[in-house]
Amino acid sequence: MRTQWSPSAAPVTPLSPLHPDDRHPCALGPMDPLRRSPSPCTSRPPSPRTPPCEMLGHVGIEAVLEQLKIKAMKMGFEFNIMVVGQSGLGKSTMVNTLFKSKMWKSTLPGLGVPMPQTLQLQSVTHIIEENSVKLKLTVTDTPGFGDQINNDKCWDPILGYINGQYERYLQEEILITRQRHIPDTRVHCCVYFVPPTGHCLRPLDIEFLQRLCRTVNVVPVIARADSLTIEEREAFRRRIQHDLRAHCIEVYPQKCFDEDISDRILNSKIRDRIPFAVVGADQEHLVNGRCVLGRKTKWGIIEVENMAHCEFPLLRDLLIRSHLQDLKDITHNVHYENYRVFRLNQSHALPRGPGWVNLAPAPADLTATPGPWKVRWQAHDSSDEEC
Amino acid sequence: MGKVSEDKEYVGFAALPNQLHRKSVKKGFDFTLMVAGESGLGKSTLINSLFLTNLYEDRQLPEASARLTQTLTIERRGVEIEEGGIKVKLTLVDTPGFGDSLDCSDCWLPVVHFIEEQFEQYLRDESGLNRKNIQDSRVHCCLYFISPFGRGLRPLDVAFLRAVHQKVNIIPVIGKADALMPNETQALKQKIRDQLKEEEINIYQFPDCDSDEDEDFKRQDAEMKESIPFAVVGSCEVVRAGGIRPVRGRRYSWGTVEVENPHHCDFLNLRRMLVQTHLQDLKEVTHDLLYEGYRARCLQSLARPGARDRASRSKLSRQSATEIPLPMLPLAETEKLIREKDEELRRMQEMLEKMQAQMQQSQAQGEQSDAL
Repeated sequence: MRTQWSPSAAPVTPLSPLHPDDRHPCALGPMDPLRRSPSPCTSRPPSPRTPPCEMLGHVGIEAVLEQLKIKAMKMGFEFNIMVVGQSGLGKSTMVNTLFKSKMWKSTLPGLGVPMPQTLQLQSVTHIIEENSVKLKLTVTDTPGFGDQINNDKCWDPILGYINGQYERYLQEEILITRQRHIPDTRVHCCVYFVPPTGHCLRPLDIEFLQRLCRTVNVVPVIARADSLTIEEREAFRRRIQHDLRAHCIEVYPQKCFDEDISDRILNSKIRDRIPFAVVGADQEHLVNGRCVLGRKTKWGIIEVENMAHCEFPLLRDLLIRSHLQDLKDITHNVHYENYRVFRLNQSHALPRGPGWVNLAPAPADLTATPGPWKVRWQAHDSSDEEC
Repeated sequence: MGKVSEDKEYVGFAALPNQLHRKSVKKGFDFTLMVAGESGLGKSTLINSLFLTNLYEDRQLPEASARLTQTLTIERRGVEIEEGGIKVKLTLVDTPGFGDSLDCSDCWLPVVHFIEEQFEQYLRDESGLNRKNIQDSRVHCCLYFISPFGRGLRPLDVAFLRAVHQKVNIIPVIGKADALMPNETQALKQKIRDQLKEEEINIYQFPDCDSDEDEDFKRQDAEMKESIPFAVVGSCEVVRAGGIRPVRGRRYSWGTVEVENPHHCDFLNLRRMLVQTHLQDLKEVTHDLLYEGYRARCLQSLARPGARDRASRSKLSRQSATEIPLPMLPLAETEKLIREKDEELRRMQEMLEKMQAQMQQSQAQGEQSDAL
C-alpha cells in the first residue's frame, strides 16, 4: 500500500492494512512465507500459497479498505519520536517545524534553562488533528547529550529508556486479561542530529549509532545545514555514508527489511540521500508574496520548505507522509520482538506461575541490547556487507 | 652666529622613530599564533583567509575510524609573509584532535605543557651566555574557536580557557558565524561575555586608545571592543556577489556571505586588531606580563629549601656557569609531585611511629595483666 514517494505529493492516506496493535499479525491477509513476522509463525508450518482466482463480477471486497479506514480514524494514531543531539543543533525547532506547532519553546542562548549536568530525558505529548485524523504525538528530547567533557557511556540513559518502553509493553502483553488497546509508548523513530563539521562522523556519533541502530529505527540528519554550501553538503554526506558502511551501522530504512522490488527502489532513493541536510525554523517571513517558514539573515532568507535550500521536505515526507506506518511496523515486528525473545529466553528456566508466563524480573540495567536482528525470513537480496 | 644658535636648539630626537623603524624592518618580525577549538569550526579556512596563504595544503583529514583512537597532537607550521618591504615570520601552532574523543578529560594538558615549554626555553636562552640570537618561540596569541551551535561556552571550552588564560593571550572567536541570524549572534556574544566574567577568565584586553585620538578612531575602537568575541566567517574562494567587484565569500542558494563585509561578520575587525594594530602589543604583553609571571613563579619555587638543595646538587653537572641554578628548572607539576611524595613519606613515618607506640603499650598492658 505504499504510494509513490515524492516530496511534492499531496498528503497521502497514512494507512496500511496492518494495524500494529493487532494481536496476531498473521491473522489478517494471506499467509505469505516472505512476510516479516517472526515468533508466532515459526512453530506452525506456513499454509500453502493460495493461487489467485478469476473474478467473474464485482463483489465489493474493496469496501474492506473503507471499513479499516473508519475504524482507524475512530481509534486515532500514535507516534513516538525521539530527538538526540548536542544542545543548540536545533532539535526543538525541528520538531516544531515538522509538526507545524509549538511543541516546545525554542530558545536563544542565554535565555534558556542552564545546561543540565547529566543527560535527562524529557517527554511531551500532544494530540494533533488534521482532516479529522487524530495523531497522538509524543516527542522525547535528550538535553545534555554529548555536552560534557567526558561523554563516555552517555547513551546508557537513552538505551535504558527505549528498553524500558519495550518492557512496559511486554508487561501489558503477557497479562491474562489484557487491555483492548495497549498504550504504545515505544519509540518508533530516533532522529539523530549530526553537527555540520563538514569532516566526518565523530567518535561519539559512531559509538552511539552502533548501539542504537540495533534497538530502534534511527534516522540521522545533518543539523543546521545552512552553514554548509551545496558542494560541502554532498561531500559531507558521502563521507558519512562511507563511515556508516565501514562501521556496519544500518540506519532506517534498513536494506534487509525491503519487502519487494518496489520497496527496494523507493528505499534506495531515500538511502542515497541519507543523512538529509536540514534546517529548522519556526518564524514566518514574507518571500515573493508568500508566507514561508525560514531564517532571515543579512544576505538572504533561508526557506525551510524550499528543496533548493535544504532537505527538510524529504525528512518530513519520510517521517510523516510516507513511512510513518512502516516505522511503527518495524518497531513492533522487529525491534520489539527481539526484545521480547531476549526477555523470554532469560526466563525460560522458571516454572509456569499464575500468569501465562513468569518473566524474570526486569534487569536493573536495561541497557543490554538483545543482539543483532534475528532475520527469520528469506532475505531475497543478500546485502553486500555482512556484519 | 645664527648658525650656531640653530644647532643649539635642534637636537635631533625627532629622527629616533625612523631609526627604530629601519632597525625593525631589517630585523623582521616573528609572531607565533595558536589556534585551538573543536574540529569543524572553520579554523584552517580562517587562517588561510587572514593571511591570504594556503598553510594547510598538505593536510590530510583523518577518517572516522582513525579518530576513534586519536589523541591531541601539537603541530607547527611556519610561513614567511612579506608585504611592503616588511617581513613577518609567522608560526602557526595547531591542535588537531582537541575535543574529538569521547572522553576529553585533561585533553588540554599537552597544550599547557607546550606553552610552558616555550617559556622555559626562552628563560634558558635569556639566562645563557650567548644572547645574541634568541629565537622567540613563545606563543604570542591564542585564537580560541567557539562553536556557533552551542548555547555559549561548553564545559570543555571553560576547562581549556581556565587552564591557559594566565599563560597566553586569548582572543575568543565564534567560528562559522554565517549559521547565525543577527539576533542569535548578539545573544550568543552576550552569553559568552557573561560566562567569561563568571568564570573569571582573563582574555586579552585590547588597550584603550589615547585620549588625544580623534573621535572617529575612538568610536571605531569602541565598536571593535563591543564585538568581542568576534563572529567570523572565512573563505578563500572568490565570488561575484551582485556588486561589480568580485569578493571573497561563500555562495549559498539563498545569498552570498561576503567575508570582508562588516555587516555580515567581524572578519575585518579581527584582521585589523590582530594584524594591523595590535600585533606588537600582543608580543609585548606576552613578554612583559605573561612571561614575567611565569619567570617569577619559576624562580620563586626554586628559592624554596627543597628545590634549592636539588638545584645546587646538579649545578656541578651544568657546563655554563650561571648564577641562578637553572638546570632543575622543574615544571610546576613535577615540583608538586615531589612535594606530595615528601608529605606522604612524612605521614607514613608518623603512622609507623604511632603503631610502634601502640604495640609497646599493648605489650606493657599484657605484661601487667600477666603479672596480675
